[in-house]
Amino acid sequence: MKKKRSSASVSSNLIIRPIRRYCWLFLLPVVAAFAIGFVWPFIHGIYLSICKFTTTSDAKVIGFGNYLKALSDPTFLHSFWYTALFAVVSLVLINILAFAAAYLLTQNIRGTNIFRTVFFMPNLIGGIVLGYIWSMIFDGILMHFGTSIVLDSGLGFWGLIILMLWQQIGYMMIIYIAGLQAVPEDIIEASKIDGASKMQTLFRVTIPNVMPSITICTFLSLTNGFKLFDQNLALTGGNPIISTIENGVFTQIKSTEMLALNIYNTFYGQGSTARGTAQAKAVLFFILVAVIGIIQLRATRNKEVQQ
Amino acid sequence: MKGDSRTLSGERRRKTILSIVLTVICIIWVLPVLAVVINSFKVNTFVKTATFALPLGEMWASFSNFVTGITLGNYNFWQAAFYSLFITVISTALILLFCSMAAWYIARVNSLFCRIVYFVCVFSMVVPFQMVMFTLSKTADTLKLNTPWTIPIIYLGFGAGLAVFMFTGFVKSIPLEIEEAAVIDGCNPVKTYFTVVLPMLKPTLISVGVLEIMWVWNDYLLPYLVLDRTQYMTIPILIQFLKGSYGTVDLGATMALILLSIIPVIIFYLICQKHIIKGVAAGAVKG
Repeated sequence: MKKKRSSASVSSNLIIRPIRRYCWLFLLPVVAAFAIGFVWPFIHGIYLSICKFTTTSDAKVIGFGNYLKALSDPTFLHSFWYTALFAVVSLVLINILAFAAAYLLTQNIRGTNIFRTVFFMPNLIGGIVLGYIWSMIFDGILMHFGTSIVLDSGLGFWGLIILMLWQQIGYMMIIYIAGLQAVPEDIIEASKIDGASKMQTLFRVTIPNVMPSITICTFLSLTNGFKLFDQNLALTGGNPIISTIENGVFTQIKSTEMLALNIYNTFYGQGSTARGTAQAKAVLFFILVAVIGIIQLRATRNKEVQQ
Repeated sequence: MKGDSRTLSGERRRKTILSIVLTVICIIWVLPVLAVVINSFKVNTFVKTATFALPLGEMWASFSNFVTGITLGNYNFWQAAFYSLFITVISTALILLFCSMAAWYIARVNSLFCRIVYFVCVFSMVVPFQMVMFTLSKTADTLKLNTPWTIPIIYLGFGAGLAVFMFTGFVKSIPLEIEEAAVIDGCNPVKTYFTVVLPMLKPTLISVGVLEIMWVWNDYLLPYLVLDRTQYMTIPILIQFLKGSYGTVDLGATMALILLSIIPVIIFYLICQKHIIKGVAAGAVKG
């Protein structure tokens, strides 16, 4: 009983004791669903990554062979570098343009609400639908040049960038607007009185004051870029395929295939023998995304301390 | 004085120019949606060759694309729309109810087990779906969670992370005294929760609700892998299926279906715009 007194200072015993009796009602549904929908699949997934299997019931532990196979798979490495490049390019472009849009929309221009509504709208359309809308548009244009979005990997890359800009700028803009509106008016007034130009005010006063928003948006667009799947599948599906023969080994690389799609294709596109490798790829992918997430958490915390 | 008025009018001119520039960008922004509208009324053979032409004269297809689209691929579009709607509504309702209850329990009881649950919830937010997709679809098959009637349980589990995280953050900011008063007045925890705590959670309920609706409605891979595809398709699954197997054949009908699937989304957006934008901002800042 005495040990509990420390927690009693957080919330009073008057409340805790009766609530505890209803644990089965308040906590059980979520914990049970969470165990089915996340915890068990996650643990099972880690286990399967060190197994040879075609389905969950015939798994045999084989050690780290799957990881070696995954890391020596040229399509996986290609999709990693392709995804990293995509994530960085989209990060830079999305954030610059979203910040510019947010900056303009906090200048008391007439029609601000309509602009905001329109810019944000693409966010509500799902990735698959987005991909097909844009593939129709790109092909409508490219047809006149005798090519298609699925025939040229360069076009596929920039096409996906354009799609992501259309979808994500409005989203990031909303976060930047919230950040910009939180900058106290008086420090901007003060810098004006001190004779700072508009540009100086923007770079020396405004931007340092919205650093938390910038951190959030940077990481959001980075993880969004790395986790991208639906849009990639619908727009190019990884095409075009590039075949190479190196040292007598014939390999086919889907040139616009990103990490998530590569994992998916390894699971479901190459026959059931590659599933161990696919699960190992998925674990590596998880570690990559988790590391970015942890760095983000650290970065946002540090910024909060400074504030 | 003179200089002042000149800068003022310069300022006004600058704002007018900005307004015009933004208007132009806005028009460009809605063009892709307009392209869908145009092409859903266009005779199929012209969709590829004259994508940006208005559907006039011989290109005008009236509503024939919609008529063929609705039964394209031997799967009724309205059936898919119903499954999408059902799964979205039930999953969101389950997530809102159970996750807010769990969050209240976690925040108030704060035992070791609660802290573990909370930690795992936060952890689950950084796990990409590909990590669990194979094992999750197998688990769902085994437990017969592969129908639209039962898949909300999977959504409750997979969506619990963000919801519990956001709700717990909010509950911690509610002063305890109000609940204490309710308990002293003789409320049991269930009554306290539904009459006192839940009404106070309203802003967070809306934020989380918006995020979950947008996620579940647009989700493709989870229902694609979990549902028994021979019987049940949601809208994204149907569109991907049609584009994969019929899309090159009948692009006009596909566009008609895409239009049908984004009209409710846009109406929903225009009605709840304020809540959606607020909810998204809140979710981003916290997640």
